[in-house]
Amino acid sequence: MISYLLRRTAILLGSLFLAAVALFVLLRLLPGDPANALLPVGATPEQIEAARRQLGTDAPLLDQFGTWLGHVFTLDLGKSLISTLPVGPEIVTRLPVTVPLTLAAFVLAVLVAVPVGVLAAVRADRWYGPVLNAVAQFGIAVPAFWVGLLLITVFALRLQILPAGGFPPDGWASPGLAIEALVLPVITVALVMSASLIRYVRAATLDVLGADYLRTARSLGMSRSGAMRRHGLRNAAVPVIAVLAMELATTFLGAVVVESVFALPGLGGLLVRGIAQHDYPVIQGVMLVSTATVLVVGFLGDLAQRLVDPRLRNRAAS
Amino acid sequence: MSSTASPPDLSPAPQSDPSPASARAGAGSRRRSLHLVIGLVLVGIIAGGVLISYFWLPFAPDDTSGGRLVPPGGDHLLGTDKLGRDLLTQLLIGGRIALATALGAVAVGGVLGVSFGLLAGFATRWLDDAAAVVLDILIAFPTLLLAMLLVAGAGASLTTAILAIGLAMAAIVARLTRVLVKQVLGRDYITAARIAGVSWPRVVASHVLPNIAPVVLVNLALQAGLAVLAEASLSYLGLGTPPPNASWGRMLYEAQATVLTAPAAALAPGLALVALVIGMNLTADGLRDLADPRRAAR
Repeated sequence: MISYLLRRTAILLGSLFLAAVALFVLLRLLPGDPANALLPVGATPEQIEAARRQLGTDAPLLDQFGTWLGHVFTLDLGKSLISTLPVGPEIVTRLPVTVPLTLAAFVLAVLVAVPVGVLAAVRADRWYGPVLNAVAQFGIAVPAFWVGLLLITVFALRLQILPAGGFPPDGWASPGLAIEALVLPVITVALVMSASLIRYVRAATLDVLGADYLRTARSLGMSRSGAMRRHGLRNAAVPVIAVLAMELATTFLGAVVVESVFALPGLGGLLVRGIAQHDYPVIQGVMLVSTATVLVVGFLGDLAQRLVDPRLRNRAAS
Repeated sequence: MSSTASPPDLSPAPQSDPSPASARAGAGSRRRSLHLVIGLVLVGIIAGGVLISYFWLPFAPDDTSGGRLVPPGGDHLLGTDKLGRDLLTQLLIGGRIALATALGAVAVGGVLGVSFGLLAGFATRWLDDAAAVVLDILIAFPTLLLAMLLVAGAGASLTTAILAIGLAMAAIVARLTRVLVKQVLGRDYITAARIAGVSWPRVVASHVLPNIAPVVLVNLALQAGLAVLAEASLSYLGLGTPPPNASWGRMLYEAQATVLTAPAAALAPGLALVALVIGMNLTADGLRDLADPRRAAR
């Protein structure tokens, strides 16, 4: 377990460092001088030089990287080139939209996917087992933004029972409006995520159904559902837990796209605007926070799996 | 891939399988080959439409003479968009972009992934560990974020999108190839070939590649569907193929404002997208069972 923990931590730190390097290098080396974003068209070479000095982009690349990484460690993500507001606080003000959206969608997806996936596997011989599987197959092929568009059409424009987009200006100070604004986005992300999750749960359950220990339990007189509850579900849970962490990360990314569909002022909106305006500090900041979140969630998921399944722990130790 | 391609000799099928699964094998494999047929038909319809679009289009792509937001029927089978362009024409052109993304990303991801995976498969000791860790790190990066990063640097274009999606795919393909190559290299027939004096390049060409090909091809078919979805998401966000080229994702973005007056514009590109991706997924499903009959028993 210790050697695994060390190796996995090394991978996490390596990934975080690589992410920082990749973000820095790609945004600095590719065409497009950040100084241009500050200046009007037709600026003189002197003005460009001054803007570069102001941004610090005239220093050698390695020095720039060191300075930037140093600032990141002190949680200073720089200032937006467009609004000149600091990026860090800007990201923090957007978390109250993205975090509840991600977590609620994730919980809803798990609540839907686990029973449906188990049912699709256990009842594979009834008519609804294959039907549930087919629905999930359909679901993984549907892009999240299209689901959002269809939900807006039905519930916001036709039935007019929920808002089509936006978020109350005072945020969670008006909780009713905030929750209403998040209902459709949460359902959108959860629907798409549950489709792939259903397939994982179904596959894990099918594996367990053919296992010898389940047959032994049945031969010892346990009922089919009893054996499934006592032995089956616990074993099926192990691979599913590994997938859950991955799914939480995917849910977060799905939220980033779906926020644009519903015009929500979250991290996704900030990122898309930053890319459109070539606002490099904003892009760097949001990307860094997103990638770090995904990497850390994956790390925690791997550890959780080891803690839940003693067999994996022992294998790692030997 | 022909149906006579021998399955990879990675996991020999058990001689007799007393579990009830084998009793259902017949029905299972029939269902799976049905998957393959439906998948190929769906992909074939869209590929056929795209092929036709190079010789004939209902209207010129920039022809706005039909009037704005004309409902479906008559001259315009699917109606027109808010600029007056024929929707069916746009849909066919969007199909070109979707297929170009799938083929381009699979080519980039397949060539890079298999090459790197082969090299990593031959690596030993610390070099092997290093390759495994690097691949793990690369895979941890979400495709969409990587694509957005490249778009931020290089500007939104179809080429950028294909390269970004292909690069992300390459890491996944490389990891799979590395594991498969390691398994094949441990086989007796490799040792036999080496003892018989066959050079490594020939061993790779005549033993390693044919044995890993079925599994890698199935994975690429699955990745193709994901590539199409990723490009659509990028285009929807305005970070993919720039206008006036009609990517299905872009068409859906433009249709969102007029969804009540012109529902066809919001439905047709979405349905086409779903049909293509389901087609690719089902094809991968069917191919997997041709490659690994044991799995078909499910």
